[in-house]
Amino acid sequence: MKKQHFKQAFYMTLPVMAGYLFLGCAFGILFQEQGYGPLWAALMSLTVYAGSLQFAAVGLFAAPFSPLSALLLALTVNARHVFYGLSMLDKYEGNSLTKWYCVFGLSDETYSLLCTGEPPADADPARFRFFVTLFDQAYWILGSIAGGLIVRYLPFSSEGIDFVMTALFLVIAIEQWEKAEDHLPAIGGFILSLLCLFLFGADSFLIPSMAAILVFQYLLYRRECGRQHNEKGGEQTC
Amino acid sequence: MLNTSQSLILIAILAAVTFLTRAIPFLLFPDQEHMPPFVRYLGQALPYSIMAMLVVYCYKNVSLTAAPFGLPEFLCAVFILFLHRWKHNLILSIAGGTILYMVLVQMVF
Repeated sequence: MKKQHFKQAFYMTLPVMAGYLFLGCAFGILFQEQGYGPLWAALMSLTVYAGSLQFAAVGLFAAPFSPLSALLLALTVNARHVFYGLSMLDKYEGNSLTKWYCVFGLSDETYSLLCTGEPPADADPARFRFFVTLFDQAYWILGSIAGGLIVRYLPFSSEGIDFVMTALFLVIAIEQWEKAEDHLPAIGGFILSLLCLFLFGADSFLIPSMAAILVFQYLLYRRECGRQHNEKGGEQTC
Repeated sequence: MLNTSQSLILIAILAAVTFLTRAIPFLLFPDQEHMPPFVRYLGQALPYSIMAMLVVYCYKNVSLTAAPFGLPEFLCAVFILFLHRWKHNLILSIAGGTILYMVLVQMVF
């Protein structure tokens, strides 16, 4: 039984394997360029394990020591993970160590695999999700170690490799667009973030954007409530 | 470069905050039955808004007023859009877009 979960989870994570080895490598290279070798990259990937934050945080290690900046950066870049958790509440139950590891390892990619992909019918869902999470992090760690090791031997400049992050989010956004029945959440999120970017500037627009998005989502929720209210003929559902 | 203990402190902060952001919903709503309906709605609709925000986040430092006017970034976005609608291959789209970007910023712009 165990071996079978292992195998099924492995197949499911194959696309992430390629992406994470590549992205992890890019992180290892960027970190190496700041003077932090493969062991440092491995430590980051083992304990922090948040792709976009790790990229964004590289600059912190080149600037004067500022724990407060680290705190604020982690909060703003990772605040979205709160929402991943919200949509996994019913899937991750109980209080086991493996459940909390799955919570720890809820990266963008693991989330996107597990929020849409259903575990195979004959698999124990909890165990299956655990292996998917574990494999994904293993790829990420391996990639970030490899990045620091190979950077010296690259036959070409790595300039521009940080675009992987943009490419990743673009692709996930495209996939979500295709999957969504209602495009308003995506369009609203896009317009509100652009607006906040112009109003608050590049360094401080994430928090106002998230606040605006929360208000917008609440309005959408009320609209949805009203619609259900009309359909069910007076029955209060929200 | 920071010294070793400063670096370790930064990593510890990043790790702790990251885990906290992922664990908060599970700490706040351990009980499915008593989850507010709006929170339930957020769980389903919020990822769409957030991903759009992240895309904007990636473009926040692109300058439209100075050369090359964000041209490499926007060309690659269009390229990724078409490549992904065509092949629907996550890795191909990401790798293809990134490699095109590297070529553009290193050799063209």
